[in-house]
Amino acid sequence: MGIPGTWRLRNQRLALIGEVCHTCGKKIFPPRDVCPDCAREAQHAFRFSGRGEIYSFTTVFNPPAGFEEYAPYTVALVKLEEGPIVTAQLTDVEPDQVAIGQPVEMVTRKLQDESRAGVISYGYKFRPRMSAT
Amino acid sequence: MKPLRSVGIVGYGAYIPRYRLPAGEIARVWGEKGEPPVREKAVPGLDEDTLTIALEATRNALARAGIDPQEIGAVWVGSESHPYAVKPTGTIIAEAIGATPYTLAADLQFACKAGTEAIQAGIGLVASGMVKYALAVGADTAQGRPGDALEYTAAAGGAAYLLGSAEESLAVFEESLSYVTDTPDFWRRPYMHYPSHAQRFTGEPGYFHHVLSAAQALMERTGHKAEHFRHLVLHQPNAKFPERAARRLGFRPEQWKTGLLALEIGNTYAGAALLGLAAVLDEAQPDERILVVSFGSGAGSDAFILRTTEQLPARQRLATTTRAYIARRVVIDYALYARYRRKLLTE
Amino acid sequence: MRGVSIIGVGQTPVGEHWDRSLRHLAYEAVSAAMQDAGVEGAHAMYVGNMLSGEISNQSHLGALIADFCGLRGIEAVKIEAACGSGAAAVRMGYLAVASGVHDLIICVGVEKMTDDVGGKLTAALAQAADAEYELAHGITFVGLNALLMRRYMHEYGVRHEDFAGFSINAHANAVGNPYAMFRRPITLEDFKHADMICDPINLLDSSPMADGAAAVVLCPTEQAHAFKGKPVHIVGSALATDCLSIHDRRDPLWLQAAEDSARRAYAQAGVTPQDIDLFELHDAFTIMSALSLEACGFAERGKGWRLAAEGEIRPGGRIPICTMGGLKARGHPVGATGVYQIVEAVLQLRGEAGACQIPDARLAMAQNIGGSGATIITHILEAEE
Repeated sequence: MGIPGTWRLRNQRLALIGEVCHTCGKKIFPPRDVCPDCAREAQHAFRFSGRGEIYSFTTVFNPPAGFEEYAPYTVALVKLEEGPIVTAQLTDVEPDQVAIGQPVEMVTRKLQDESRAGVISYGYKFRPRMSAT
Repeated sequence: MKPLRSVGIVGYGAYIPRYRLPAGEIARVWGEKGEPPVREKAVPGLDEDTLTIALEATRNALARAGIDPQEIGAVWVGSESHPYAVKPTGTIIAEAIGATPYTLAADLQFACKAGTEAIQAGIGLVASGMVKYALAVGADTAQGRPGDALEYTAAAGGAAYLLGSAEESLAVFEESLSYVTDTPDFWRRPYMHYPSHAQRFTGEPGYFHHVLSAAQALMERTGHKAEHFRHLVLHQPNAKFPERAARRLGFRPEQWKTGLLALEIGNTYAGAALLGLAAVLDEAQPDERILVVSFGSGAGSDAFILRTTEQLPARQRLATTTRAYIARRVVIDYALYARYRRKLLTE
Repeated sequence: MRGVSIIGVGQTPVGEHWDRSLRHLAYEAVSAAMQDAGVEGAHAMYVGNMLSGEISNQSHLGALIADFCGLRGIEAVKIEAACGSGAAAVRMGYLAVASGVHDLIICVGVEKMTDDVGGKLTAALAQAADAEYELAHGITFVGLNALLMRRYMHEYGVRHEDFAGFSINAHANAVGNPYAMFRRPITLEDFKHADMICDPINLLDSSPMADGAAAVVLCPTEQAHAFKGKPVHIVGSALATDCLSIHDRRDPLWLQAAEDSARRAYAQAGVTPQDIDLFELHDAFTIMSALSLEACGFAERGKGWRLAAEGEIRPGGRIPICTMGGLKARGHPVGATGVYQIVEAVLQLRGEAGACQIPDARLAMAQNIGGSGATIITHILEAEE
């Protein structure tokens, strides 16, 4: 993804900011402007807690271009405690220590660092929950 | 230095990566004998760098402070391993925590004391009333040249401090002092990957002269003796230097052991003294006096006298403790270390 | 609205065609279909393709392929819906004929995947998913299916080897298909011990990437008997969409677009699942077969795998699927696959499927899936009386 695209997504990537629908109360991530439940406009920013649990996961051994140096890595569907599911990598965990239902929390890590001369792409990943609260 | 208005720490946070390289692995690869300077050191994962370390420490500081990030008026990150040579780490931190756009943000560089330099600047800014809160972070992913003595200790970690008015603080700065000279004990020129150092010259003229001078001057000015402090935290490039300096200052082991982490995690550079302080704050009781002295090559020391307040105990467990990060450890061998620190030629 | 019939089909063998480019593959299929129909021209061409821009640095396939096939000047355009591009192109052809705009249409699906290899191809295929919220996190297309499969196994208490029947059936059927990529049977032991790709998905859960092209010629049913071949009638045609990413689905384990498009196709054809004699479904991965059978009404939720485990998907079973090898064994040239499925259904309904023939096949269903379920096209074909 190019620099403008990464920049536009900085609030989502760095702070897990999605939306809340003021009509039906649904919490939305990724933000999509129109509520998927009630089809009203839902452009009210909402910062997610970053806490959730593993809905499903897999380990990628044959990565797409741009992710080679990190392989193998585990990607999960994480069900956030506010409701939505997000697709994200897990970090700081061995693949054989991951289980469906496991509590996880959001951390910010490097997603991509192509060529080490360009702009670094930082974003959310999840790890087994260790925070105090 | 004592500001006109009293300033303290409203929140603090630590972060240490989970990988550990035992000193024995380095000795094995390079065929070295003798007592290593640390037991093991913290190594960052492939997706970690100074920004990610500084950010997690900052989030922990925010969790303990419980303040509105929009009221943070300065975001300063001290490091010698900023992800970019040009482009601030501070703006990324500020964006991630929701402190943008009305804030100062900058990166500081003064070898291992860049983080305490940020604290000194933050105290000034808060005390002057120009900002309500200032964030000062010291973090590094230090690289030691393979085979160099520094390879045993060059580690990764960081700590973050949110500074605000004394009334809101869990520890208050009673007095501080900064001490610098032009002493070329350790440096890194532009475009060089690894730093260089002046061998034994880094010892007495570098570390000991500055740490001891700053500590002694501050104790003299405030009339404090070693026994007035419950805790001592010194910059810790290894375990031996701070222990020797502490003895020369008249301190006893029980005063420095809580804040001396180098044996377990190595030298986290700009994070080192600040992580030691975080470990102390995790354990301290109200109304305890702490002396912190950093050291940055090139060279200088910042010395601080802190006194904990009644607000400390309730905030200690609002975020992951320094000890919890130290306990979270995955031992790796030199081969994995070489991969994680990108010492393998892959192109 | 006019009825639409298929009066000619053509295909290339599926495989690694190192010596032939995208345009040559398309021409081979189009030429075969035109010969089969006995036509020398067409009013329009719809080219189903996903990856030409990424892998062959070639966009603008409508004009390129039409010209290369000797049809310079006709209306021609590329249709893209990821792995659903092929059937989407047929759907566009169907609309053009049904609406009365055109009388003779060629729909060709073509994919040239071997012009690049490795990470770039993996990244290109993954573009079927959400670039900002899936791909940016390093997920691959196999990975997305693995996320579904693991959850499916967890939720319904299914073991990995319970999916083996899908791949065993596909390989057994491909033996009789001269155009198939893998014309060899596999065993349960082979399935259980195949190399892991993206756990729980192993090599024998997965369809192979390949080159290939397939084409059909469409005309109004009222004119179908003027041509030389035996026509097959499109009695149901529907395309439905869902959200692009799995994480946005209301129920990740339910292919809503499969249900929606199948329901519309059944209604249009006036049939039920019980009437279908064979089903060319989109078995890109074994998990997709199970989900597809459930969404289309052949099995209850969470029980699609049982049809495979109990042998009901084999020729002679309750609902034969992938009768000529499916994506798994015929091969999966992504943007061409949907047209291959329809070509195979036509061969079955004309009684020309050779060793793969399902006796007395009258009604066939073909379902092509784009991405992990965001575009799903269902066609129901009926044999000439």
